[in-house]
Amino acid sequence: MTWLNIILQGVLIGGLYAMFAAGLSLIFGVMRLVNIAHGDLIVLAAYAALMVTQAVGIDPLTSLILVVPVMALIGYALQRGLLNRTLGDDLLPPLLVTFGLSIIIQNGLLELFTADSRKLQAGVIEVQTFQVAEGLWVGLLPLIQFIVAVAVIAGLQVLFYRTALGRAFRATSDDQSVAQLMGLDTRHVFAMAMALSLAIVAIAGVFLAVRANFDPAIGPARLIFGFEAVIIGGLGSMWGTLAGGVILGVSQAVGAQIDPGWQLLAGHIAFLVILAVRPQGFFPKVSH
Amino acid sequence: MALIALALIVLAAAPYWGDRQTLRLLAEVFTFVALASLWNLLAGYAGLVSVGQQAFVGLGGYLLFALAMLADVHPIAAIFIAGPLGALVAIPVAALIFRLRGAYFAIGTWVVAEVFRLLASQVSVLGGGSGISLPAAVVIAMAPSRQMREFEIYWLALGLTVLVLAAIVVLLRSRHGLALTALRDNETAAQSCGIDVTRIKFLVYVLTAFGTSMVGALIFLQKLRISPDTAFSVNDWTAFVIFITVIGGIGRIEGPIIGTIVFFIMRQSLADLGSLYLLMMGAVAIVVMLWAPKGLWGLIAERYGWQALPLQRRLIQNDTRTS
Amino acid sequence: MPEPLLSLRDIDAFYGDFQALFGVSLSVSTGEVVAVIGANGAGKSTLLKCIAGLMPVKRGDIRFAGMAVASAPAFEMVTRGVALVPEGRRLFPSLTVEENLKIGGQCGRPGPWTLARVYELFPVLAERRHLPSTSLSGGQQQMAAIGRALMSNPHLLLCDEISLGLAPIIVRDIYTRLPTLVAEGLSLVIVEQDIAQALKAATRVYCLQEGRIALQGAAGELTRERISAAYFGV
Repeated sequence: MTWLNIILQGVLIGGLYAMFAAGLSLIFGVMRLVNIAHGDLIVLAAYAALMVTQAVGIDPLTSLILVVPVMALIGYALQRGLLNRTLGDDLLPPLLVTFGLSIIIQNGLLELFTADSRKLQAGVIEVQTFQVAEGLWVGLLPLIQFIVAVAVIAGLQVLFYRTALGRAFRATSDDQSVAQLMGLDTRHVFAMAMALSLAIVAIAGVFLAVRANFDPAIGPARLIFGFEAVIIGGLGSMWGTLAGGVILGVSQAVGAQIDPGWQLLAGHIAFLVILAVRPQGFFPKVSH
Repeated sequence: MALIALALIVLAAAPYWGDRQTLRLLAEVFTFVALASLWNLLAGYAGLVSVGQQAFVGLGGYLLFALAMLADVHPIAAIFIAGPLGALVAIPVAALIFRLRGAYFAIGTWVVAEVFRLLASQVSVLGGGSGISLPAAVVIAMAPSRQMREFEIYWLALGLTVLVLAAIVVLLRSRHGLALTALRDNETAAQSCGIDVTRIKFLVYVLTAFGTSMVGALIFLQKLRISPDTAFSVNDWTAFVIFITVIGGIGRIEGPIIGTIVFFIMRQSLADLGSLYLLMMGAVAIVVMLWAPKGLWGLIAERYGWQALPLQRRLIQNDTRTS
Repeated sequence: MPEPLLSLRDIDAFYGDFQALFGVSLSVSTGEVVAVIGANGAGKSTLLKCIAGLMPVKRGDIRFAGMAVASAPAFEMVTRGVALVPEGRRLFPSLTVEENLKIGGQCGRPGPWTLARVYELFPVLAERRHLPSTSLSGGQQQMAAIGRALMSNPHLLLCDEISLGLAPIIVRDIYTRLPTLVAEGLSLVIVEQDIAQALKAATRVYCLQEGRIALQGAAGELTRERISAAYFGV
């Protein structure tokens, strides 16, 4: 395998990582909340897709039609019912409550589905590849994933900067009290942000389920990939998050090529190096 | 104070009135009290919430195995060497992750723990990915009989925990402790009083790593076997510790002690429910965090004004009359 | 006699354990301009926050447009027709000038105030509509903040210290636009430290001193001595 091919594969999986990250950075932007259960919610979406595909008999990508709205609803309810109570000046409650949530989801899934590894079948698009250039092959599924990731991020940009909802998000993030003076119910605004975040999580979860084996315990690793993508790319910038995901994906791919056991380590080391050398990330819009 | 001394004497004499089960259980309780107290110091006082302390538990464990197996150090001495070595490692780690704030700092600590875990799997001389057992020769070096070894481990656990608690109390009673309490109450205000917030946090992080590494070394000396997954387990060394501290009461010394007792009572009575048990712990922690954020001890202390350890600083009104 | 547009009766308000307002009663009739003056810390901003729904009221009631609203939250008060121009302007820094105005109108209340009308009132804003709100000068930000509040088509506009930090000539410029607002059917409550400006603009005046109403009356009738006495608690 040529190095160019490896880098290309890294870029493509970077799109998936960017999707992990997008939901995370969206809610941090709007309400300064870091959802430790984010990765586990991605896995929850994967299992939801599993249930839908088994019950209705449709293929995974079509199951998105059901999984996305369901996850969005869960997000709205979760924020309105639980997480809104944790918001405030104190750092501990949101962190510890979402940590507790992470443990609950992991063990709940374990009880319901056991620790067995699962994978969803997407059919022929999983194995189809086509040649882009001399010695350069691209899998159809990874390409679709990457395109969807770019579309999601572009969509978020449009939402944030050209719609009334996006205006509400930005205003509430700037100044909660004055946002209320505009007639905005901040409880509702936060819940909408979480609903949107989990809608993205749903897409990411389904793609994860199709791409690789999953089990209840892999959530935290997805959280970490998303987090690393956000930090590498720079806080507050959606396109930066895409760049961060790509850099992470490429680092992992390069590491895996040197030694299969080094895949994850290479990614973490790239993250730590960037943290050391350029802590604000590559395209920062806000400070930490 | 007298009550505490009495309790300590009773506990120290445990090998003479308790059976093997009890000793093992008590030792486990002590190590969790120590770990939770250290986490509490970090999160409740310095405001540094770490979900990656398992990095130092595992590091301590691996240092013990490395020192004992590769450098022929006596295992008990190795425990006390693991402390400073762990602190040394904590210095560059802190330099890196202190660039992150709040919840991102927390995840950063998790990344560090993951890196340690992955690195440990690469060290084949210490078992690589599948782990390794402590060789018989090292085990015998502790003490010739198994009973004696168990007694030693027990006393070490008790002693180490008392040491950790005492160190924390000393720290909190010192002027650093005053700074920490100020920090806990209002970080910006503390800064404007001239307190070097970053330096204090750094100090606390390194000291906590010191203590956690020693406890980690002891834990794995007791287990006699180490592997990357058990050494750096989030569930065992972070989730339980966090739940203990939250339920007992963050930011109060007595919290982790109460929390550990409650945790172990729950564990004994709920026996083997597996993942359902963890699920319930998560739910309880959430409920406590939202409706009783000061934990059980917070509730009790506020109701009755109790305080097990003399830590409160009270304003004494100056008598303006001359004596 | 018709019920006043806004009436407060015996309002107590607290910041934690600290009491900021003691039994404050106040009323505003439709089409009136009421000024609330007082020294720093007298409770003027607190009073506006209570009316706007940003602060809970411990005792007493507030009636607006015939409804009891003491416990209504801020976002509900806006839909009922009360808009607050907050102290210090507090435009949204992540939004452009036009976006700040648009979000003011997000609640969708019908009425005469539209983007076009606000730009007519404050032409300087139209010139800078797509710039970030942080690029405006103090006076321009104040105009934008007022415009933003107008976009919700309120019946009652609360203005918290619009002269704060602005040069006198700018303050005068802004105050000349106020009669236009009244002509459109708006009622105003103005909190001011600039007593001269407040007395010129208002029909009635209340003076707050340490959380209590120390003086009230028609603007033309109050003498300087009486105001100083009430203001400083002499």
